[in-house]
Amino acid sequence: MNVHPLRPAAETPHRNPGMAFEPDWIDAIHVNLSAAERRVEQMGGRRSWKKAHQAAWLLRAIACIDLTTLAGDDTPGRVRRLCAKARSPVRLDILEALGVEHLGITTGAVCVYHEMVETAVKALEGTGIPVAAVSTGFPAGLSPFRLRLMEIGESVAAGAREIDIVISRRHVLTGDWRALYEEVQAFRAACGDAHMKAILATGELGSMRKVAQASMAAMMAGADFIKTSTGMEAVNATLPVGLVMARMIRDYQDRTGCKVGFKPAGGIRSAKVSLNWLAMMKEELGNEWVGPDLFRFGASALLADIERQLEHFVTGRYSAVHRHALG
Amino acid sequence: MSLVADLYANPDWGPAPEDSGAVRAWLKSKAKGFGLFIGGEWVKTAGSLPALNPATDEPLATIAQGSAADIDKAVKAAAAALPAWSQTSCHGRARVLYALARLIQKQSRFLAVLETLDNGKPIRESRDVDIPLAARHFYHHAGWAQLLDQTHPDQEPLGVVGQVIPWNFPFLMLAWKIAPALACGNTVVLKPADHTSLSALYFAELCLEAGVPPGVVNIVTGDGATGEALVDHPGVAKIAFTGSTAVGRRIRQRTAGSGKALTMELGGKSPFIVLEDADLDGAVEGLIDAIWFNQGEVCCAGSRLLVEEGVEGRLVEKIKARLEKFRLGDPLDKSIDMGALVAPIQKQRVETIVAQAEAEGAVAWRPSSALPATGSYIAPTLLTDLGTSNVAWTEEIFGPVLSVMSFRTLKEAAQLANHSRYGLAAAVWSENIDRALQLAAELRCGVVWVNAANQFDAACPFGGYRESGFGREGGAVGLDAYLKPRSQPPSLDAVIPAMAKGPAAHAEGIDRTLKNYIGGKQTRPDGGLTREVLGPDGAVIGRVGEGNRKDIRDAVEAAVAAESWGKASPHLRAQVLYYLAENMDGRAAALAAALRDQAGLKGGEAEREVEASVSRLFAYAAWADKYEGAVHQPNVGRQLALSVHEPLGVIGIVCPDPRPLLSMISLVAPAIAMGNRTVVVPSERHPMIAAELYSLLDTSDVPGGVLNIVTGDRDALGLVLAQHDGVEGLWHFGSAPGGKAAEDASTGNMKRTWTGLGRTPDWSSPSAEGRSILKHAVQVKTIWVPYGD
Repeated sequence: MNVHPLRPAAETPHRNPGMAFEPDWIDAIHVNLSAAERRVEQMGGRRSWKKAHQAAWLLRAIACIDLTTLAGDDTPGRVRRLCAKARSPVRLDILEALGVEHLGITTGAVCVYHEMVETAVKALEGTGIPVAAVSTGFPAGLSPFRLRLMEIGESVAAGAREIDIVISRRHVLTGDWRALYEEVQAFRAACGDAHMKAILATGELGSMRKVAQASMAAMMAGADFIKTSTGMEAVNATLPVGLVMARMIRDYQDRTGCKVGFKPAGGIRSAKVSLNWLAMMKEELGNEWVGPDLFRFGASALLADIERQLEHFVTGRYSAVHRHALG
Repeated sequence: MSLVADLYANPDWGPAPEDSGAVRAWLKSKAKGFGLFIGGEWVKTAGSLPALNPATDEPLATIAQGSAADIDKAVKAAAAALPAWSQTSCHGRARVLYALARLIQKQSRFLAVLETLDNGKPIRESRDVDIPLAARHFYHHAGWAQLLDQTHPDQEPLGVVGQVIPWNFPFLMLAWKIAPALACGNTVVLKPADHTSLSALYFAELCLEAGVPPGVVNIVTGDGATGEALVDHPGVAKIAFTGSTAVGRRIRQRTAGSGKALTMELGGKSPFIVLEDADLDGAVEGLIDAIWFNQGEVCCAGSRLLVEEGVEGRLVEKIKARLEKFRLGDPLDKSIDMGALVAPIQKQRVETIVAQAEAEGAVAWRPSSALPATGSYIAPTLLTDLGTSNVAWTEEIFGPVLSVMSFRTLKEAAQLANHSRYGLAAAVWSENIDRALQLAAELRCGVVWVNAANQFDAACPFGGYRESGFGREGGAVGLDAYLKPRSQPPSLDAVIPAMAKGPAAHAEGIDRTLKNYIGGKQTRPDGGLTREVLGPDGAVIGRVGEGNRKDIRDAVEAAVAAESWGKASPHLRAQVLYYLAENMDGRAAALAAALRDQAGLKGGEAEREVEASVSRLFAYAAWADKYEGAVHQPNVGRQLALSVHEPLGVIGIVCPDPRPLLSMISLVAPAIAMGNRTVVVPSERHPMIAAELYSLLDTSDVPGGVLNIVTGDRDALGLVLAQHDGVEGLWHFGSAPGGKAAEDASTGNMKRTWTGLGRTPDWSSPSAEGRSILKHAVQVKTIWVPYGD
């Protein structure tokens, strides 16, 4: 199928209206860790791209990146520089050599803390690149509930078109699925027209079954995307976790007809690994999930490696990081 | 629009070809045709066969058609190499096996490409499965070679081993055969499959490089006739075969009476069972590994899907969705799931069975993607709506065809799974360990994978129940198949010839005419006939029943019905054997008197035989809870692999004449200690001593049906047992021709046979007791249990 590459992500958003809480669905979820790991292990051997195909898929990976900075020392200057990188993520001569300069490839979004939203929105004006704000007491999500809701509202008011919320891990760890559902539902309501990504912090959930159950509860509550991690947990986006979440997205779509997006975040640094993720999304969910509408990487260092690989494809020489614009 | 821009807009898979240049250059260097590898040299022969690439039908090479004379040459070379090789130090053999393992690893990509070109399997599988497992097999057995003096101090190699391997995993099966044989000090003649000999021929080059002494490994290519010449060769001590049940049956028949050791890894129709609490998405990938691995050309392919009815619809939908994404095509492409079947004839065979299955009512579904225009490709096929008599449910297809059936309860799942002539493997998918292990225990097969499929490791025994063969490959159990005890117990003629009938004995007591003992009851022989029993001086000392085939039938039925004995705890079985010993000891004087009267034992011999019999009962009571399985450490993720000892089921026991009481006890006790039920044909010359046991059995809590006794013409009754498909094992210590006929007839259900061919161990020898006997009484089931949260 033909996925138009030029459409900025948020212009025709898939929205997930959510549904009534259905505890039976959650109880009936079963996940076998070893089987998931085997699938992931095999995936790399079953599917790969070479040469021009690989270059095209690396460009696709770029279009899916939520270019991210989430540091205590972020400043407006730093964020503006990041936004410039988001607008033109690859050196022009490389794009020309690939014959894709006319495609206007940008990253999928820029992702920042609330205080940087305004700066980013201004820096991206006219590009169609949405700004995503991490929210709700990111990364731990343990600030007062009322303030977490307000934080969403303020970021939306500041121009964030996407809100990355964090769930209360304790609801998952204690199996209180209704509490999780109600929390995410409240966040979703506070997001209004902004797209909501629910961060599950899978590295803190303890088991694959819990990851799957939390995914399902968040989707029932109306999450437009489910996202693996904040990037701050000890274990972030792993392919087995991604596989389990992707399969829940598939089940949710089978049952409700709604398409929910997926965002792995944290630890995805190499072009090769990004291709593994795209291959998995294509295999498990299909071509709609290999574009920015329904798939994003939460990453900061990934882009630099992809640029180097693209240059290698164009020139046949291995490139160095300092030859590409700093994000 | 540029190419990259176009590909960017159309996110699809592209070609990802593996480079075959090095392999093709090697093949080009062999353009004049391959020879046979005999005595460390390349030997020419007259006949030749083409080697084809099944994905393209292109000729790859010309291989030699080995003749009977070539086989003879190879066996002689192997025999000549045997003394030096078997006496090479453990470390010396270990170094050679280690060198082979290293070379395989170093040449792994070359081997993978060669294997894929020759066989049609995807490069992913040859690269990630076949070749790494083969290297692992050599490493593991290099270790066994190193340790053999410590682990098996009383064992020695069998001699020259003939090995015949199939075309589905050509190099891996070579490794499974050659590595343990060499580790134990045997020398081999290997006959690869005619469709896929190239990796074996390359292995010959590796043998030269690794310093394998000339004649230790001989490789003779050719077709079935070459294999038959190897099987028939009198210089071969053992035949190890992997292949179809039909060919296995012929090999068993051809070797009947020859005394050659045999191990067979044959066909299967393995169930893949999905419970409602399974990870269904995981199970779908498990099925990909089970039946759409190696184009379904896998003996242990999970070809029968049994799914709990409540999740059947969802699972089938998920399978179909997965298969719509399945990629089939050029096996050298790194982005495909399935390649070509091994040859046009195999494709045709699979298509014929599927057509027949459809004619019998099955509904076939295939994904919508198109097949490549040339090459032996078959789409993955799902068959639903079939009955249990459908050909696709009962027959091994050896292709990418899955048959689906639902079940209601675990009991029904086990029943449907076990209703098969085969018993190779099974997969059980459930997130509930109780339910999963319950099924693992109930399934009659040699390998059970919990939440997995087609996992293999050199340390874990692999092999079948029933018509899926006998013997195990892998681990210590697999090693046993290439060793024998250095000192065998002394042996005796099994048959004491009938003597001239003397004058009738003076009738002292009341006439004794002994009946059969079936299902815990004394029963009259079906034919209403009796036979005279002569005493030591030829006088008629009594009569026993003249058992016939119907008595055997009834006895087997009683034994089958006593199934709960196999599930009783080993402790309980031990208690019964101790009780029997106790009661025998209490009647020692009477039994000794009977032995004196009936068999003419003199000078305390009778007392010693009774005493030895009591001791033997004690011994196997002791073993009942000590001849255990093992826990393995496979080189695969987080797993426990357990191998458990299970009874065969019903064992027919044909007893020799010497030491009539002790020999019968020595055979029956290990069988029932391990949970088997037995149908015993006592010594033909001295059958009355068996009848002395009836009352002992009645008073010792031996459940009815566990030990059944039918007297009469030993070889004739042995043959009926051999022909009975409800009998899983046959221990035959009658005449040589009787043993040969029994071996020949045992192929109906591929029984495990243990045959003296006219000889019997001297059961009074202490070495005629213990593990070397118990191994005949069990079969090994390996259960793979992965874990993780």
